[in-house]
Amino acid sequence: MLHIPALRLGKPYTSLNKTQLVHHVTGETIAEVSQVNGSQIVRDISKMEEARNELQAIPMAKLMHMVKEAGRIFATDSLPCGDQMQSFDDYIRNLSSTTGSPMVFCRRNAGKVEYVLRNIDTIIAGLTRGLDMSILDTGHGTQDGRTLCFVPTCSSFGAILPSNSPGVHSLWAPTPALKIPLILKPGREEPWTPFRVIQAYLKAGIPPAAVNFCPTDHAGAGEILRGTGRSMLFGDSTTTDPYKNDHRVELHGPGYSKVLIGEDKIAHWKDYIDIIAESIAANGGRSCINVSAVWVPSHGKEIAHALSEKLSKIQVRAYDDPNAELAAFANPDVPDRISGMIDNLLKTPGATDVTEKVRGTPRLVKEGRCAWLLPAIVHCETYDHALANKEFLFPYASVVECPQADMIKLIGPTLVATAITEDKDFAHVLLNSTNVDRLNLGPIPTNRLTWDQPHEGNLFTHLYKQRAYQQSGF
Amino acid sequence: MAETKSLEVLIKDAKTKLDAQVREVVQWHFSPDTGTPFWLDKAKEYKFNPLKDVHTFEDLRLFGTFEDEWLRGGPVQRWIPKGYAGKPAYVFETGGTTGLPKTRIVIDDFRIDYEMMSDTLPDKYFPKGSNWLMLGPSGPRRLRLAIEHLAQHRGGICFCIDLDPRWVVKLIKMREIGMANLYKEHAIEQVLTILAGGHDIKCMFTTPKLLAALDEALRSGKLEDKFRQLGKKIPAGGLKSIKSAGITGIFSGGTEFTPQFTREAYEEMLDNGDVYMTPTYGNTLMGLACSKPICPEDGFKISYYAPQPRAAIQVVDPKNFDKLVEYGQTGRVLLTTLTKEFFVPRFPERDEGERELPFETYPWDGVSGVRTFSEFAATTVVGVY
Repeated sequence: MLHIPALRLGKPYTSLNKTQLVHHVTGETIAEVSQVNGSQIVRDISKMEEARNELQAIPMAKLMHMVKEAGRIFATDSLPCGDQMQSFDDYIRNLSSTTGSPMVFCRRNAGKVEYVLRNIDTIIAGLTRGLDMSILDTGHGTQDGRTLCFVPTCSSFGAILPSNSPGVHSLWAPTPALKIPLILKPGREEPWTPFRVIQAYLKAGIPPAAVNFCPTDHAGAGEILRGTGRSMLFGDSTTTDPYKNDHRVELHGPGYSKVLIGEDKIAHWKDYIDIIAESIAANGGRSCINVSAVWVPSHGKEIAHALSEKLSKIQVRAYDDPNAELAAFANPDVPDRISGMIDNLLKTPGATDVTEKVRGTPRLVKEGRCAWLLPAIVHCETYDHALANKEFLFPYASVVECPQADMIKLIGPTLVATAITEDKDFAHVLLNSTNVDRLNLGPIPTNRLTWDQPHEGNLFTHLYKQRAYQQSGF
Repeated sequence: MAETKSLEVLIKDAKTKLDAQVREVVQWHFSPDTGTPFWLDKAKEYKFNPLKDVHTFEDLRLFGTFEDEWLRGGPVQRWIPKGYAGKPAYVFETGGTTGLPKTRIVIDDFRIDYEMMSDTLPDKYFPKGSNWLMLGPSGPRRLRLAIEHLAQHRGGICFCIDLDPRWVVKLIKMREIGMANLYKEHAIEQVLTILAGGHDIKCMFTTPKLLAALDEALRSGKLEDKFRQLGKKIPAGGLKSIKSAGITGIFSGGTEFTPQFTREAYEEMLDNGDVYMTPTYGNTLMGLACSKPICPEDGFKISYYAPQPRAAIQVVDPKNFDKLVEYGQTGRVLLTTLTKEFFVPRFPERDEGERELPFETYPWDGVSGVRTFSEFAATTVVGVY
């Protein structure tokens, strides 16, 4: 039996309390994962100041080189996974087997992690907007004739991670390169990626005390959020709501990402069906950057129908099929509940699951102990229908008609908005909006990132703050 | 030379004593002269005669199961046996976050239970005459008085703090985790003040969560800070661990005492066992069960044994309370209390665990791995303090 230990101050720790990971298709136990108590995490967090000092002592240039090397190691080397060695292919297979995410998705998402590590200089330049990295070595310096001084906001950074998509690991991966130790709580079904990234870091020379892998329970997650000075938390609104007023915790809940089509472009809506469909369904529709609503000034029914015709071609395929486009649910009760909730909300007049009608079969598919949800495009007659602003873990989107002039005040919080328009006034409104986190002007799929810009928060400004600094006779 | 009895004989003797206790206690609670108003009333519903038909522990099946709803609401005097009328009585409560709490009257039982438990504490770690600290719930709970009595029985004085677990449950239900943590800090702050007072405290009661919180506070130097605030000299070697704070023995309780927590406490809080810790399992209804000494060799397994014949634990099939599970198998904890103050036949606890074999010290069944019964686990808030 493969056993994945916790890593406390970088050292393997075998707990008396272990959880089991099972294959989503066969139910066979794949691995056991050692669980640590919240109070053990608290004790380790208290040692993070020393770990940060170790990182601080490494010059940025050397640290960047280590992280780049970790990217190569992550993607190519066999690395320890408990008492066994794990190749990259083994990692992909294990990841897919316990999460239900097809191997092709896993490989693609692992590629994002590898990219971030290998291109850490580009990523950090994007996060810092080109700060001279040597300033983080000395704490202060001069750039473009200005004195700059940055101070860390914390001694350690915690991350409460999800199981739904390994691409999210690219968000915390730069942390050691910013000289801040990591305390990671992996998702229950996805210890694989964080463990492998840490092993790559260790092999590349990152100090062991700075990388902590802490599988734990809900209370333990709370201790990480309480004890680390800065953290990120993934989860639905039930999980994230208690922390919405805590500036130390960066929340990654539902994205409610959207495509908006301007009045100037709506006559050409057929030209944008492909990019809207990609925005909805890429990565199995599981990311917060996937579109969950399409807002248009007119032609709503036709657009919903056209999207449905395209997306209804997506079929259930095996996790190792290279053409797989949907992720299975590792817990088959979840899709049952999601589908039931949608059916329940469809009872409120004014909404239609157009895709189910086009396809002619139900969205919920069960096979053995697995279940999938086929894409659903729901046409909503009004923007205030309960299904107009929902986000689910599968390719789901509503199509809503709304006058362009009202869109920005009605769409609500939006992680990524792709606005298809060349109307300068509309663009101005969008650029002035406070409820859109990332804005794409023009037909750009929401799932395509530019790595030289911050997205989903800025890790650098989360971990550092600027300090006024003067010196004389020093 | 004294004859050493075999385990088989010890088990048989224990069962004989248990049956005798059943007869004595049932006669007492159902006799018109000494009986308990609640049970005398209840007996009118029975198709059997408790005074004639109950001879052995197994005969308690005639009573069905005890419903804890019977303990909610009053008048609480209906639980006082006529034989004890006029004696000073305490009322202790459990729960009470919503609705009526369960209540139990006590006259001397808590003193008897804790004096019996006292005999199991090693004097090396719980020195007679030393002072105690009670880091647990206060208010209408048995535990606060019981620990105080334990300290007094052993010749010491008990220092206590204010701690209201009902408020903590409310905070957790409101998802006010930050406030709950502040309340925990408030409890620990009280402890640090007591420890800094120079009272030579060597023994303490605490729960797993508060033990961890105290350890965290000590390691981060809060007791040393308190000494500095008071202008007191910090002893050589510092005050950054439970051991260096002078504690030698910890008596602790709580269903969230997992082997992993026990190991953590032993290895990381108590200097690899230099400070002795004995977990217990108890509640207001039963009294308290003692554990086998915990040790690394046993995988830090915690096995509890009830104070027979005053109480008995059975580990039963959750769907058939008449059927014991096999040794090592998981079942629901069925509790029976058999004292002249309080008779509770076959109460299905909200806990489950594995049935444990008798051994020489406790020649009757025990239970290990106690945790909230899985069917209740999702809706129950446990281990709040």
